[in-house]
Amino acid sequence: MSTPLLLDVRDLHVTYPSGGGVPAVRGVSFQLERGETLGVAGESGCGKSTLAGALLRLLPPGTEVSGEVLLDGENVLTMREDRLRAVRWTELAVVFQGALHTLNPVKRVGWQIEEAITTHERGIPRSELRGRVAELLETVGIPGRRAVDYPHQLSGGQRQRVLIALALACSPHLLIADEPTTALDVMVQAQVLRLLEDLQRDLGLAVVFITHDLSTLAAVCRRLLVMYAGRVVEDGPSDEVFGSPKHPYTAALAAAFPIIGDARFRMAPSGLPGDPPDPRHLPSGCTFHPRCSVARPECASRAVELWPAGEGRRAACVQVLDEVPT
Amino acid sequence: MTDPALLELRDVHVRFRGRRGAVAQAVDGVDLDVRAGEVLALVGESGCGKTTLARTILGLERPVEGEVRFDGSPLEYGNDWLRRYRRKVQMVFQDPTGALNPRQTIYESVAEGLRIQKVPGREEALVAEALSRSGLRPPERFFALFPYEVSGGQRQRVVIAGAMILEPELLVADEPVSSLDASVRGEILQLMLGLVRETGIAILVVTHDLGLAWNIADRVAVMYLGRIVEQGPTEQLLSAPHHPYTKALLSVVPEVERLEQQILEGETPDPTRIPSGCRFHPRCPLVQSGEAARLGIEERCRTEDPAELRSVPGTADGSGHVAACHAVG
Repeated sequence: MSTPLLLDVRDLHVTYPSGGGVPAVRGVSFQLERGETLGVAGESGCGKSTLAGALLRLLPPGTEVSGEVLLDGENVLTMREDRLRAVRWTELAVVFQGALHTLNPVKRVGWQIEEAITTHERGIPRSELRGRVAELLETVGIPGRRAVDYPHQLSGGQRQRVLIALALACSPHLLIADEPTTALDVMVQAQVLRLLEDLQRDLGLAVVFITHDLSTLAAVCRRLLVMYAGRVVEDGPSDEVFGSPKHPYTAALAAAFPIIGDARFRMAPSGLPGDPPDPRHLPSGCTFHPRCSVARPECASRAVELWPAGEGRRAACVQVLDEVPT
Repeated sequence: MTDPALLELRDVHVRFRGRRGAVAQAVDGVDLDVRAGEVLALVGESGCGKTTLARTILGLERPVEGEVRFDGSPLEYGNDWLRRYRRKVQMVFQDPTGALNPRQTIYESVAEGLRIQKVPGREEALVAEALSRSGLRPPERFFALFPYEVSGGQRQRVVIAGAMILEPELLVADEPVSSLDASVRGEILQLMLGLVRETGIAILVVTHDLGLAWNIADRVAVMYLGRIVEQGPTEQLLSAPHHPYTKALLSVVPEVERLEQQILEGETPDPTRIPSGCRFHPRCPLVQSGEAARLGIEERCRTEDPAELRSVPGTADGSGHVAACHAVG
C-alpha cells in the first residue's frame, strides 16, 4: 500500500449486555485515507452511533467488542488506557449532537477548551494558552473574546461551533461527527456544514460523518456507507450511491428527502412500510426483506453479503448479482 | 377572495413579557387564511413565531391585537367555547412520545377526545375505525398496548388517530415528522395526505422543512421573526421564490442543487429586538451585496417596514403569490 491508511476497521462486532445481548454492530469493515470524508447513513437503531462509540472506545462497560479498529496501524480496541487517553483528542476527536449537554454549563467555554489542551500538553504558559483558545474560537467563526462566556450565553449554533473548536484543540487527524447538525436550524446547519468542509480542506482532516440524512451526506462526503440493522448494506462514491442506489433500502432513504422542484415527489411523499427492526429480533435472511418492495422468496432465508456492484461500489442485495456478467 | 376561508387570521399580534421587562413580539402582525380541504405549510426557523402562531390558532394564546376567525366567527376564550372549538380544530405535536400518556393504553388515549367531547355512539367501534384509518391494522391488536410497546412511527399514528376521531375540520400539525426516522417520515406524510383526500380536512403543518412542503402542501407561507414574509402556491413559491429569505432557505436545502448556496450569517435575531425597517435587512443578501443600493431601495430597507404583502410580478393577480420585500413590485 502506497499511503498508509488512517483508519482500518475490520469485522467490527459490538454487542450490548442488556437483555441477553443486543447485537448493535454485526460485522462492519471499512477504510479511510488521510484527509478523506466518509459518510455513514442509517436510521435509529442501525448501529451508526455504536460504531462511533467503538471507534473511540467509548462504550458502556460490559459491552462486547470484537474485530479491529486500526488507527494509523494501531488497534484502538486493545490499546493500554494511557495510550488511549493520548490518542483521543490528539489523533481522533469527536463532535456529538446536542452541544448543550456536552458542554459543562458552569464553566466558561474558554476554560473548557484550555482544559482539553492542558490535559495533553503540560507546561504551556498561560498567555500562550489564552492565545490558542482565541485562535481556535476564531477558526470556528466565534470572536475570541467570547471565551469568557458560559455555554448558556451562546446560541445553539455557537455552542456547536465551540464543540468543534474543542475537538480541534489538539490538532487531531480524524474527526468523528455524530449527527453534528441534527438539532440545529437549517440555516445554522448550513453554516456548520460549511465550517466542517472548510476545516476538512484547510487542515487536511479526515472526517467520519454520521447522520440519518442521506442528502446532507451526499453533499458533504466523497464516500458513503449505508447501514441497516448493524451492517453495511451499501457503499460507494456518495453521488453515485445517492443518485443511483443499488440497495432498495438506500433508494428508500434517498427518496425520503424529496428533491424540491422534481415532479416525481410533488404531492407524493415516499416512505417504507414498517419500522427498523429490533436488534434483538432480527428478521432471517436479508434483514431488510420484510420492508422491501422488491423482495424475492429467497430473500427470507438467503444470507446476503456486500457484493461488488460496479466500480468502487458494493451492495448487500441479491439484485446486484443479476447485473454481474458471469 | 374566491371562497371563504375556514380559518382567518387578521393582523394577529402575540406578545410575551420576558425577563427584565423586555417584550417579545412573537407574532407581529400576521394575516393568514387556511381554506377548507387544503394543506398549508407554515415554514420558518426556530424563533420565527410559527409555534406561537399555531398555539394562537388553537386558542392557547390570545392575541393582544387582531383576531382569529373560524368558520366566519371570531374565537372566544371561555372554557366551554374552547372545548367545543377543539372538536373542530385538533393538534398533532412533534414528539408523539411526549404527547401520549405513558400509563394509558392506546385505546384509552384515542378514546379520550370522545369522552371529553361526550360524543355519542359506540366508542369501541369509533376507536377501531380511527386506528384503522391511521394505518394501525387490525386495530384490536393495538387496543391494550402501551405507547412504549409500539414504534415511534406507530406512536405518531396513534396521536393522529386520537385527533381524527373527532372528525375535525382543521388539523394543526407542528413538525409532525421531524422526530421520526427518515423511512417512516414518508409513511406519515402519506397518511396525512390520504386523510385530506378522504375526509376533506384542512391541515396547517408547521415545519422548517421545505421538502415536506413540496411533498404535501398546496400552499406555503414563510415566516421570519413574527411575520409572514412570502406566501403562495407551493410550486410557484418553491420554484420561483421572491423574498431573499425564502431564496436563502431554499438554497441551503441539500436537495436543491441548481441554486448557489446562500448561507446567511448569524442567527435569527431575538424577538425582543426586532430590527428597524425591514426586519430582515441586517442579514439580507440584497443589502449586503449592494444590490439593494443599486436598486435604489437600500434606504427604505433600513428604515421602512415592508408590512404589506405584495403580489410578485409576473404572476396572475389571483395566484396569491405575495412577498413583503421592497425589491418586489
